[in-house]
Amino acid sequence: MASHGIRDRVAIVGMGCTPFIENWPKSLDDLMIDASNDAFASAGVTKDDVDAYWFGTAQSGMSGIPLARALQLQNKPVTRVENYCATGSEALRQASYAVASGAYDLVMVVGAEKVKDTGYQGLNAFPIPNDGTARTLTAAAMFSMIVPAYGNKYGVDDATMRSVLTHIAAKNHYNGARNSRAQFRKEITAEQIEKAPKMAGTLGVFDCAGVADGSAAAIVCRAEDAYKYTDKPIFVKALSFVAGNGSGLIDPSYDYTTFPEIAACAIDAYAQAGVTNARTEVAMAEVHDCFTPTELVLMEDLQFSARGTAWQDVLDGVFDLKGELPVNPDGGLKSFGHPVGASGLRMMFEAFLQLRGEAPEERTIDSLAAGRKLALTHNLGGYPGEMVSFISLLGAEKD
Amino acid sequence: MRGITSWGAYLPYRRLDRTQISAFIGQGGGRGTRTVASFDEDTTTMGVEASRLALRGSDTVPEAVLFSTVMPAYADKTNATTIHAALRLPGSVPAFDMGSSVRSAAGALRLGLLSTGSRLVVTADQRTGLAGSADESAGGDAAAALLLGDGDSVVADYLGGASATDEFLDRWRQPGEIRSKVWDDKFSEVTYVALGRSAYADALAATGLAADAIDAVVVAAPTTRIGSALASKLGAARVVADLTDVVGATGAAQPSVLLINALENAEPGQTIALVVLGDGAEVFIFRTTPALATYRPAKPIAEQLEGGAPLAYGRFLSWRGMINVEPPRRPEPARPSGTAAARSKDWKFGFVGSRDSVDGTVFMPPSRVSFDGTRTDQMEPAPMADVKGTIATFTVDRLAYSPSPPIVFAVVDFDGGGRLPIELTDTDADEVQIGGRVEMTFRRLFTADGIHNYFWKGKLIRG
Repeated sequence: MASHGIRDRVAIVGMGCTPFIENWPKSLDDLMIDASNDAFASAGVTKDDVDAYWFGTAQSGMSGIPLARALQLQNKPVTRVENYCATGSEALRQASYAVASGAYDLVMVVGAEKVKDTGYQGLNAFPIPNDGTARTLTAAAMFSMIVPAYGNKYGVDDATMRSVLTHIAAKNHYNGARNSRAQFRKEITAEQIEKAPKMAGTLGVFDCAGVADGSAAAIVCRAEDAYKYTDKPIFVKALSFVAGNGSGLIDPSYDYTTFPEIAACAIDAYAQAGVTNARTEVAMAEVHDCFTPTELVLMEDLQFSARGTAWQDVLDGVFDLKGELPVNPDGGLKSFGHPVGASGLRMMFEAFLQLRGEAPEERTIDSLAAGRKLALTHNLGGYPGEMVSFISLLGAEKD
Repeated sequence: MRGITSWGAYLPYRRLDRTQISAFIGQGGGRGTRTVASFDEDTTTMGVEASRLALRGSDTVPEAVLFSTVMPAYADKTNATTIHAALRLPGSVPAFDMGSSVRSAAGALRLGLLSTGSRLVVTADQRTGLAGSADESAGGDAAAALLLGDGDSVVADYLGGASATDEFLDRWRQPGEIRSKVWDDKFSEVTYVALGRSAYADALAATGLAADAIDAVVVAAPTTRIGSALASKLGAARVVADLTDVVGATGAAQPSVLLINALENAEPGQTIALVVLGDGAEVFIFRTTPALATYRPAKPIAEQLEGGAPLAYGRFLSWRGMINVEPPRRPEPARPSGTAAARSKDWKFGFVGSRDSVDGTVFMPPSRVSFDGTRTDQMEPAPMADVKGTIATFTVDRLAYSPSPPIVFAVVDFDGGGRLPIELTDTDADEVQIGGRVEMTFRRLFTADGIHNYFWKGKLIRG
């Protein structure tokens, strides 16, 4: 891959994030206004100070107008961005490049999704007219196919696989129980997880991320301007994106134990940030735990664990809140639910808090104090065999 | 010599034990089992399956397709064109629907035999009625395809026949209704026996055969009682069983299904008479040829009768729309696009992918660009409908929309290349395993805005 990256050229100087809940009383506009006002306050700027806006939403609105109208922006460029479940992350990526290009000094990214107005379970994509031959499986079913494939390939028996997935679910709910913005704020026992009704394959309710409404926002400026807005800017070290070509769906050599798009994205991201050993250099990661087996495979694709060993690292607590490399310290999609346009920014919000030392004490990770400096956020959209991948690396210090 | 050159009978996989009916609903039912088309089957899809079996045993490309059913999937729009597309026949081959009665099915066979050149005569039916009714219990679902032609490949030579047409009320149904009504079955019996005897005598006269020269007679009748009443009076050496105890009365499909069953149990040189009772009587007399000795049907009826799996009566009722079952709380699928479907006709109806002519990679659906992205439009068609595959991995989706949840779904690797994640049908969740073998079957995925969404599914190969 040949991406130059924009390491340390832009910084996030303010963020906001609403609670992610089934927010019946609040509209999309309400959510965007709340997240945006928090971000403006966080950076100490007004909406007129912001030169341009990026609005990430998968399907809660079209064009830039919903954001312009909600915030009553006066003659500002607003770009609506959609890239599956990585929509929020992609909006920040595009906004960051606009700043790095010199086109704008100060920009804002707002990601928002009003999922719970459909009346249906889960996430549901707008139907695009088609010939009727595309599969209509749920995401849960597509990701459930990882479980037998991974177990078979690495000789992990069914009971152990179950314990690994349970550990991931319990960990993320443990973390979410310590986060006031999370939808699910209770710790869940292994027994509850394993006795939950099955949704698809061997995946039960607690193996699946929730669904929620929410919004998050970030304000981005050139790195050299960052300290004008805050004492604790967060510098962008890497922004990487891969859109898969769907080959996994039709290639018999694809074995459902890895996401090649993410492995390639990680290589690019680490190159941009100058990371040579992700396992020892990354302090924390917010990853796309849409389903528990997804998080398991991500640990290998993100190079946190060697191939075939992530299950052991999970069981050893490597990725627990107080572990060597905490993953989803905010509770992840498991605890938050997944308002598609907002999730990527919610992940960055946790990185923003942890890197600035602003996470509440009960959720503070130890790896930063131990000298690690980088936070990683990772978003994916799509399914095994056909997905988009986003990875960012962020740090509180310029290199 | 003109007659039948190949055939295919299709019995759907599910079987309803008739004793379940009265236990559940307090009336109706009876002995034996009937065949039940799955929730994703209709007369068109069953017609496709029967036709595939008929053509598998022959190199002939039919010069015309005639399709007849009492229960067409579409009115106004032709159903035979769907069959035509699934069989990948050239556009120059005409395909027509013929009416909506059992008589039309006999008529399709009659017209096919009276014409020249190869003809594919396809008949299919789903027979049911209100819960606890005689039709529900005695009916069956099936399809049959007879390939007609001339010359040495004829395995059953058509010697001649006769017709008796009459206007009277036996069974009737308004288009779109699920059930037929019946006037007075004793009146029907008396009327049909007279019509059948008259036409049979005319057919013997036309062929110059004596009654005792007929080795076997097959009677396709609205009910077993009517069929038996006539058959006993025809003087043939043998009456072929009507399969109602294991299949049911299969309406428009029944004449061909019963004829095929007779042929599959016949020796060369035997004379077989087919009598079809439906708003009159149609008699066809065939003599099997030496070519029968080497003809091997792709999937004999006896083999299909040994397959099959039981179906609970409650699920039968939900499949037939008699009971509404709570669906998953997910959006129902949108209607397929007519224009998009037209563009991808070979894929959607014919299951034709593309094969990279340089490196052999198979694409499903077809692609214009090679796997590595370096070449465009260097592909050749890859027909995959008759290619078998192996399950690489699988899952069961309890949340996705389906007319009959849950969805059993597998990633299938096809022999000789190509992979497709696809729904499995006629397959229970506990049957599927990695390494299982799969064949393709043409199905109706769902119906939205009155548009039937036809495509292919996988199906376990058992035994």
